[in-house]
Amino acid sequence: MSAMRDAEGEPLLRVEALRVWFPVRAGLLQRPTSVLRAVDGVDLTLGAGRTLALVGESGCGKTTVGRSILRLLEPNGGRVLFEGTDLLTLGPAALRPIRRRLQIVFQDPMASLDPRLRVRDAIAEGMQAFGIGTGEAERTDRVGVELRRVRLDPSYMERFPHELSGGQRQRVCIARALAVQPRLLVCDESVSALDVSIQAQILNLLRDLQDELGLAYLFITHDLGVVRYLAHNVAVMYLGQIVETAATAQIFQDPRHPYTRALLAAMPSVDPLRRSVAVRAHGEVPSPLHPPSGCRFHTRCPEAFARCRSEAPELAASGDGASRCFLSA
Amino acid sequence: MSEPLLRVEGLVTTFPGARGARLPVVDRVDVAVARGEAVALVGESGCGKSMTALSIVGLVPKPGRIDAGSVRMAGRELRGLPVTALRRVRGAEIAMIFQEPATSLNPVQTVGAQVVEAITLHESVARGEARRRALGLFEQVGIPDPPARFVAYPHQLSGGLKQRVMIAIALAARPQLLIADEPTTALDVTIQAQILELLRGLARETGTAILLITHDLGVVNEIADRVAVMYAGRIVEEGTRAAVLGAPRHPYTQGLLRSIPARAAPDERLAEIPGAVPAPDMWPSGCRFADRCVLVMDTCRAREPERTSFGANAAARCHAVVAEASR
Repeated sequence: MSAMRDAEGEPLLRVEALRVWFPVRAGLLQRPTSVLRAVDGVDLTLGAGRTLALVGESGCGKTTVGRSILRLLEPNGGRVLFEGTDLLTLGPAALRPIRRRLQIVFQDPMASLDPRLRVRDAIAEGMQAFGIGTGEAERTDRVGVELRRVRLDPSYMERFPHELSGGQRQRVCIARALAVQPRLLVCDESVSALDVSIQAQILNLLRDLQDELGLAYLFITHDLGVVRYLAHNVAVMYLGQIVETAATAQIFQDPRHPYTRALLAAMPSVDPLRRSVAVRAHGEVPSPLHPPSGCRFHTRCPEAFARCRSEAPELAASGDGASRCFLSA
Repeated sequence: MSEPLLRVEGLVTTFPGARGARLPVVDRVDVAVARGEAVALVGESGCGKSMTALSIVGLVPKPGRIDAGSVRMAGRELRGLPVTALRRVRGAEIAMIFQEPATSLNPVQTVGAQVVEAITLHESVARGEARRRALGLFEQVGIPDPPARFVAYPHQLSGGLKQRVMIAIALAARPQLLIADEPTTALDVTIQAQILELLRGLARETGTAILLITHDLGVVNEIADRVAVMYAGRIVEEGTRAAVLGAPRHPYTQGLLRSIPARAAPDERLAEIPGAVPAPDMWPSGCRFADRCVLVMDTCRAREPERTSFGANAAARCHAVVAEASR
């Protein structure tokens, strides 16, 4: 655990009881008729220089957690402690200098780069906003450094996004994030849209950058293969809640929650000697508008029993991690 | 060997490039699918796998066109068939499902009506009988509570259920061949597992042959009997699932398998394939993989490698593999 903490003993990021509820409006007057509990009491801990994977399927709330941490949307409750400061209590002026230390890389680099900006300007924009580098010449030097850091030749700074391949564009997005010297990078499905040969390049790059710069990653993904390769710790989300959290090795070798086991069973392997995919979660994910009573996973769980339908399990210690299941205590 | 269900030979599909040149995005492709067999065409974006599928069913979008080759279904040439005849083939003999079921379904018609329409389009059956069969198809593709879902509109269904409806529509006319283009790519993993199980079961129970188009070697492993790997418009390796996934010969296939993060040991560095797939107007004249290949030799840049068979179960298009084998 010591490697996970800063000198003061406080992790880089601690999320406590985070809640994001969206009002759902209906009817002629668009009155709020119900509440969508996208994130419903989430706790996370991430140490400096470490990678925490936030895993789950679409609609589980993982992206909403990532955006709440950056305050790209406003949570309804909880705390987001970054370097000991609760970001949710800060006004815009106080938040600004901290934003520099918290950056995000999205799934689709084409959508997150301005098509009219050359690579140089895309990367320099953030530096300028945070007053990094004095004057044009110094910033151009720094853009060159950042491009080299993501293994792109500095000559790429003259190009426009459409002149780059998908992998190169994602490198530019990473360079742009790094240019303001963050300590935490939120990667929201950052390699999901890439072909596997390019994905491998970006995953290796992210690993190297972590070693070089001591970056922490909150890696939001649905891909357990990527998780296994990159993450130190894993938090599995289902319908707005964390259902299991543990070190990566325990998640893969000794998963405690039936949903984690279902996710692992659904992962196709490329070993021709075994067709391994098994269906361990039946049916569909219920609507987060009407989450099931009791354990939210009980409608799909192969191990559910009477108690699961009426009573909601707490996230409780299990092995070296925690699991939200009556059976994994 | 008897005639396979589908035999594609020397298929060339081109798109206009600069200065009037035609770029072959599908280049001299041969594929065969036997009755009841599942064949996967696998490759990364832009390799030509989807365009191969569209060429087979005569749906190449303009300004693309098929310039050469033959596509025979149960011995009958499909190239050059009049549009109406081709339309009968599509649906009745060959059905397709795509990555995004939402874009293939009519948003203003109930999904039940769309399945009924698919049945009556190819067969003259009474409405009541068509409805009964449609409900049976709902059941067969694992849609829970068929009567309730029958009257639902596409937007009321999840992605997984929409894909099941698409499969029901595809099966409506009892096709001999199902072309599935990235059928699970847009789905969550637990739903993907369900659809993979469904496709496997359908192949087993109905004897429908499958041509699977995908970028995902894991999905290939789950479905396919045989595999063809495409790179830059060409098939570079093919063989049984065991041969291609278990003992890949082409450096590209080897590289693809090694770059899968789930297979790497956690403290191991992922193998990378350097560079990126070149655009069609930048394809080198020799082996198209030469610039990214770890085994590249002078010959590779000078001329394109021939297809070389390795026993009955495997073939690859690579000078280095041939040199190694003859050593």
